[in-house]
Amino acid sequence: MRLTLQNVGKVVNGKTHLYGIDLELESGSFNVLLGPTQAGKTSVLRLMAGLDRPSSGKILEDDNDVTTVGVRKRNVAMVYQEFVNYPSFTIYKNIAAPLRRTKHLSKAEIDVKVRATAEMLHIERLLERLPAELSGGQQQRVALARALVKDAPLLLLDEPLVNLDYKLREELRSEMRQIFSYGTTTVVYAATEPSEALMFGGKTGILDAGRLLQYGPGLEVYHRPVTARVSEIFSDPPINLIGASIGPQGCRLSLNVVFPLADHMRSLSPGDYRVGIRANQIGVVNRSGNGIVIHATVELAEFNGSETYLHARHGDFTMIALLNGVREYALGEAVSLYFDPSRLFVFDVAGELVAGPEWKPYNTKAA
Amino acid sequence: MAHVELKGIAHSYQSSPASPEDYALHTSDLVWEDGGAYALLGPSGSGKTTLLNIISGLVHPSEGKILFDGRDITGLSTSQRNIAQVFQFPVIYDTMTVFDNLAFPLRNRGVPESKVRERVMQVAELLELTDNLKRRASGLAVDAKQKISLGRGLVRNDVAALLFDEPLTVIDPHVKWKLRLKLKQIRQEFKSTLIYVTHDQAEALTFADQVMVLREGRVVQTGSPTDLFERPAHTFVGHFIGSPGMNLLPCVIDTAGVRVDGHSIPLDPAYIARARSVDGELELGIRPEFVRYEPQMMADYLPVEVTEVEDLGNYRIVTTRLGKQLVKVKVGENVSVATGPGWLSFPPEWTYLYIDGDVLR
Amino acid sequence: MQKTFDNRAWFLVLPVVLLVAFNALIPLMTVVNYSVQDIFDSTHRLFVGTDWFKEMLRSPRLHNALWRQLIFSGLVLLIEIPLGVLIALMMSKKSGWKTSLTLVLVALPLLIPWNVIGTIWVVFLRPDIGLLGHFIDSVLGISFDYPTVPIEAWISVMLMEVWHWTPLVVLLAYAGLCAIPDAYYQAARIDGASGWAVFRYIQLPKMRGVLTIAILLRFMDSFLIYTEPFVLTGGGPGDSTTFLSIYLVKIALGEFDVGRAGAFSIIYFLIVLAFSYVFYQALQRVGTGEGK
Repeated sequence: MRLTLQNVGKVVNGKTHLYGIDLELESGSFNVLLGPTQAGKTSVLRLMAGLDRPSSGKILEDDNDVTTVGVRKRNVAMVYQEFVNYPSFTIYKNIAAPLRRTKHLSKAEIDVKVRATAEMLHIERLLERLPAELSGGQQQRVALARALVKDAPLLLLDEPLVNLDYKLREELRSEMRQIFSYGTTTVVYAATEPSEALMFGGKTGILDAGRLLQYGPGLEVYHRPVTARVSEIFSDPPINLIGASIGPQGCRLSLNVVFPLADHMRSLSPGDYRVGIRANQIGVVNRSGNGIVIHATVELAEFNGSETYLHARHGDFTMIALLNGVREYALGEAVSLYFDPSRLFVFDVAGELVAGPEWKPYNTKAA
Repeated sequence: MAHVELKGIAHSYQSSPASPEDYALHTSDLVWEDGGAYALLGPSGSGKTTLLNIISGLVHPSEGKILFDGRDITGLSTSQRNIAQVFQFPVIYDTMTVFDNLAFPLRNRGVPESKVRERVMQVAELLELTDNLKRRASGLAVDAKQKISLGRGLVRNDVAALLFDEPLTVIDPHVKWKLRLKLKQIRQEFKSTLIYVTHDQAEALTFADQVMVLREGRVVQTGSPTDLFERPAHTFVGHFIGSPGMNLLPCVIDTAGVRVDGHSIPLDPAYIARARSVDGELELGIRPEFVRYEPQMMADYLPVEVTEVEDLGNYRIVTTRLGKQLVKVKVGENVSVATGPGWLSFPPEWTYLYIDGDVLR
Repeated sequence: MQKTFDNRAWFLVLPVVLLVAFNALIPLMTVVNYSVQDIFDSTHRLFVGTDWFKEMLRSPRLHNALWRQLIFSGLVLLIEIPLGVLIALMMSKKSGWKTSLTLVLVALPLLIPWNVIGTIWVVFLRPDIGLLGHFIDSVLGISFDYPTVPIEAWISVMLMEVWHWTPLVVLLAYAGLCAIPDAYYQAARIDGASGWAVFRYIQLPKMRGVLTIAILLRFMDSFLIYTEPFVLTGGGPGDSTTFLSIYLVKIALGEFDVGRAGAFSIIYFLIVLAFSYVFYQALQRVGTGEGK
């Protein structure tokens, strides 16, 4: 199903939650709505589901205007952050519930579908249990199974993994990636983590404070953020945004670091800018050989297991560098950080992208 | 400010445990050095909370003794043990101001008011709560409330140990690092023994000097964050720490060396010789970060098939197939990878052999 | 998009309007109707305005009944709330058959109908055949005769009320206590708090919500008390247990003075409303905002 939002807005009690959102989701596409908490992701999903009605604008399913059609008359499936299951039903009955309500299927047909879906989510051995007897990860699998078994043309997922431990999240993410890779359902997945947006390989819409800032293929949005704000939302750890000015001597950062312009910056006219450099492009060794050095002191080294987020201060600016592996640092230790100017994003004072590092959409499939 | 020691501790929540499965915590001797920052890391059900409750006195162990600075305190209650604890959810006294909340533990112990004031001001300063001292604690944001809970532990400068039970669970992700930084600073200023329980690797590794990894009621490794990452002593540590976790490949040893699905992996002959002398299930472990990938054939590289490339922005996870085994490789943004044939090498210094889960040294 | 207005939507509100009308407005209007007329028989009636109100408000019997009522309700709250909280504090918070049994036993009086309670106590308290009455009278040697001694009639009514309704306070307080996470108690132990401090700073503030409900319910209910004094002594001896409702029924049915009774009903209603509002506001204020 192709889902179209035309200039959709939502006002609740005089407060604007969404501002004129235009979005067209292709049939069978996988879409991630990425944004910080309170960005309006849940509001958008609720409108798409028909749980709420927009204050302005139109919602189309294929070519039918469904703006005023309620959720009961639309064919959507939804999965929430919380593990929502019927507590008194067995897992089997939980998964079968949507089939009994909406379709006229024989018992045998339902059975086949329930078992196939349960198998896909590896919960086929739990069918006789009650939800309370399952772990959080298993409960969310049941909720997912219930959404999938319906075979609805539109599947909405509202941060379904946020309440799970990271190992379970990792596991379920890669399974979902496979499940969704050969579906015909249009999927909308709300997420706060940039890696989730990229992992599923679909399209990404960036939502912030009720506005849709950008929509396109995930990697393209990641590498070509139209504004500084998009780059902030689409970076974890946060992108380092530094005030800069371009003049005859090259580029001068507000950190009192001056360096000659990289190729992609040469066409910029002199003036004030903001440059952004992602944490993974800052290192403690001068790998490319033409790195620019910043001397800083360590504030905190955070380890997420495989990487180190190094927070280091230069003057009153704290930078974050992403280092591979676990690197222990003492608080206050001096470090030299290097970055390659060719990897800089340059935004004008209004925040629009004016120059970005070279990036070509590539094909991961061998020719 | 105490050296905490558990001797022969074991615990079962059942009154007459029959089999080893009945134990939430298996017999162990554990030591927390005075002034160290420790984390107990493990999935739910691994026994980490039981262990914390045994130290705090909320759970009386079925077997064994607890020593604080060599003194047996097994029979003492929570209040007699002189510990402080920060819980998963902020515990604050709703009807009191922030100041009174922080002063509460001192006033209960009859500390003179002038001294109370001095300590509260000191701690409030450190936790950046000074502006809110006169406000009612119930009106504050959740991170401020959690700082108050923490502050009540810090005002007493005589605590034997400060315990943390997943204290950042309810904190918004983007504020977490600020609280982590706060905890780090506290570590430097307060020299008490800190024990931090969490299921989150990032929190454990960031907070602690020494992390104890628990699994099914047993400590499988105690080590620095670097140790756990670079030298996992158990396959569980390799799997649990890091995302994606360590590649663990079943292997055999024959006359030529170590083989994974028919492919010979070059390792130190002395290491292989040691592996030969031990019986058990053999696995080869290497982290995705340490596997080297090349798109072209290279000497000593193994031929693989690249089946999947996941671009996560900061890096890419490449799934390859070595014979029937899947090997994940982490490659940087600037390396070009495509599905199809590829070449891998396993640097011997980062490649370990595990026998029945335990690393071969 | 234009907002659409459709007056048919009013039909959707209709059921609620009808329900409220039959439930509250129409009976109330009947009473209002009575209170402003002097009715002689079904055909002769006279509009008297606020005369009944003026008269009732000046009536010393009403003043006496009101004072009696206020003292009674005040005492009920003073006894039932602390007693209920105390019993709830003593009950085990661990789940198990013992706790369930305790809860059932505690709740038992709530399941007995009003007039049955009256009858039970009437017999129970009689000095000649009642177990308790006989015990007090003969074994303890205290002369006890509630039908003739006003203070003893009072004590008896109070006893019935406390016995009947303290369980409700216990259940509410117990629910409030059970909702307090264990971490609070652990933290208090670690902070070295005394038992009193735990009560004062954790249990009491956390029970505020349920206690507000308990106080409101018990106040309103006891303010409307009728069956117990009616069954026991019919409001006597003398007027000593003639509380507001008993008095109201005496006027309305005993003297068939519906005009006065109507005016009285409305005054009664307004008093209950006013007190409940004041209680609610006061309890809301306790421990919420004034420290800011």
